[in-house]
Amino acid sequence: MTLQAGDALSETTKATAPRDSPRFRLGIGSWGLGIYAVIAFVFLLIPIAYTIVFSFNTVRRTNIVWRGFTWDNWLNVCDQQEVCQAFGNSILVGVIATLAATALGTAMAIALVRYRFRFRAATTLLLFLPMATPEVVLGAGLAAQFLTAGVPKGILTIILAHTMFCISFVVVTVRARVASLDPALEEAGRDLYASPAQVFWRITFPLLLPGIIAAALLSFALSFDDFIITNFNSGAAVTFPKYIYTAAARGIPAQANVIASAVFLAAIIGVVVAQLSAAARRKRLAREG
Amino acid sequence: MAFGAFATSTPTPGAEPAIRRRSPIALFLLLPGALYLGLFFLVPLVSLIITSFERPSDIGLPGVYDYAFQWQNYVDAVQQYWPHIVRSFGFAALATVLALIFGYPLAYFIGVKLRRYPLWQALALTLVIAPFFISFLLRTLAWKQILSDEGPIVGALQALTILPPGSHITGTPGAVIFGLTYNFIPFMTLPIYTSLERLDLRYVEAGGDLYASPATVFRKITIPLSMPGIVSGTLLTFIPASGDYINASRDFLGGTDTQMIGNVIETNFLNLENYPIAASLSIVLMIVILILVTIYVRRSGTEDLL
Repeated sequence: MTLQAGDALSETTKATAPRDSPRFRLGIGSWGLGIYAVIAFVFLLIPIAYTIVFSFNTVRRTNIVWRGFTWDNWLNVCDQQEVCQAFGNSILVGVIATLAATALGTAMAIALVRYRFRFRAATTLLLFLPMATPEVVLGAGLAAQFLTAGVPKGILTIILAHTMFCISFVVVTVRARVASLDPALEEAGRDLYASPAQVFWRITFPLLLPGIIAAALLSFALSFDDFIITNFNSGAAVTFPKYIYTAAARGIPAQANVIASAVFLAAIIGVVVAQLSAAARRKRLAREG
Repeated sequence: MAFGAFATSTPTPGAEPAIRRRSPIALFLLLPGALYLGLFFLVPLVSLIITSFERPSDIGLPGVYDYAFQWQNYVDAVQQYWPHIVRSFGFAALATVLALIFGYPLAYFIGVKLRRYPLWQALALTLVIAPFFISFLLRTLAWKQILSDEGPIVGALQALTILPPGSHITGTPGAVIFGLTYNFIPFMTLPIYTSLERLDLRYVEAGGDLYASPATVFRKITIPLSMPGIVSGTLLTFIPASGDYINASRDFLGGTDTQMIGNVIETNFLNLENYPIAASLSIVLMIVILILVTIYVRRSGTEDLL
């Protein structure tokens, strides 16, 4: 809409709408936006629904045409051994990379907020660049290095790669939490003769924990769904996304849909339960004044 | 939230701790992570640059290269693959614009209209990030099936004579741009949401009180105040989209004439073992992105974000 058209339009609504009623206009706008949002959500969920529905399909050679409902795929997930193995590899890589990236990233986040040091700007840049580099470049770069160094590609190289790209996201997430931490709480601990270790483990760490957990969950999600970097550094090792990529040409077995659907439903239920309990807590706090 | 990565770097006033001291502890905390990134991010970039100048080994084995300073690799790569380079940035730019048009109203609805209903707001946000919980590749494959020649969409459009008979959706540039747009909508929506969530509605009211039309208020108040979110959303979409090669792959939404730079890098690196060409294309991709992002950030007046 051009500016003039917009002005003209609002001019006419001003003239015809009930006199001086911003709430009325807001109401119409809200309804329009609300309807748009519902359509947008449906659009976002279409391929997810498709994946879940086809995990219940009766499969003959391919899983493209709907042939009727069955529980078989869910009951026999590991009939397709490769799928289960790839899933197991993804979990293994995700857990180790998350632990490593969360430990390294949390330490960096604390240092960045709490301490002054030289090369501060350089460090920030070093953390920012991996997030701003396309994954193909990260993947090809690491692969080139492993090639030059003669490191054979496999699960280990996937873990090393995933840890690298997760660190920056951990730092960003935890840094926000460190910045909002009241230093007076730690000072109080020191005033009461707590050792630095005690201050850290009994005050700082518990207060940072929600941020650290959020960062770990984000790392795991990023690692679990990564394909591009994995593809360059995996060699013969297969993760769940890589399995799907290689199987895409000949058709994905329904068992892959089952695993993806199960992960999706578990994650969604977890998030919604967390939100409902947060809402209940807000209500309780509001009632207590 | 990390999707505000580019937006949240401006510290909230008062949150900066009173004490900032020099200490050996800082080094102890910083060094392991910095060394790790040095070893597995910076050094690989250097090896990529070195590889990009290498030339085939004299022994003539495939996949074996010698150190050299062969500029010609870059000339060859750009000469051979310039359509892919142009296509990548074109597709990525279109997908970014489409995702912005799709995501902004959604972010506005969640961040502003749902503000008084925290539970609904949280649930709506969950729906936006829901696609992250299911494999990126499976989502794209699902679209491939839905948009395939046997799928419901092609049939319906042909019956309505919008599409000529015998035509396809998958394998066309349109399908690739569609897939890129779909896959990056959450990356666009979330940072815009974080900006709009913090938008002080009294500014909007003040604009209305001063007889600005809703369109003017939107253009002069809402958009500028949500600019940090727009900038980080477009970067989080454009950068990965220009390097993506899933959507454009032949087994997914693309066809033979939709291959992007990522596909070329993958093929040259993993299948043809033509490492120098793959490396020089990667460097070209990165340099072009750095230039475009710098210009974009300067233009949008949000330099302090980085």
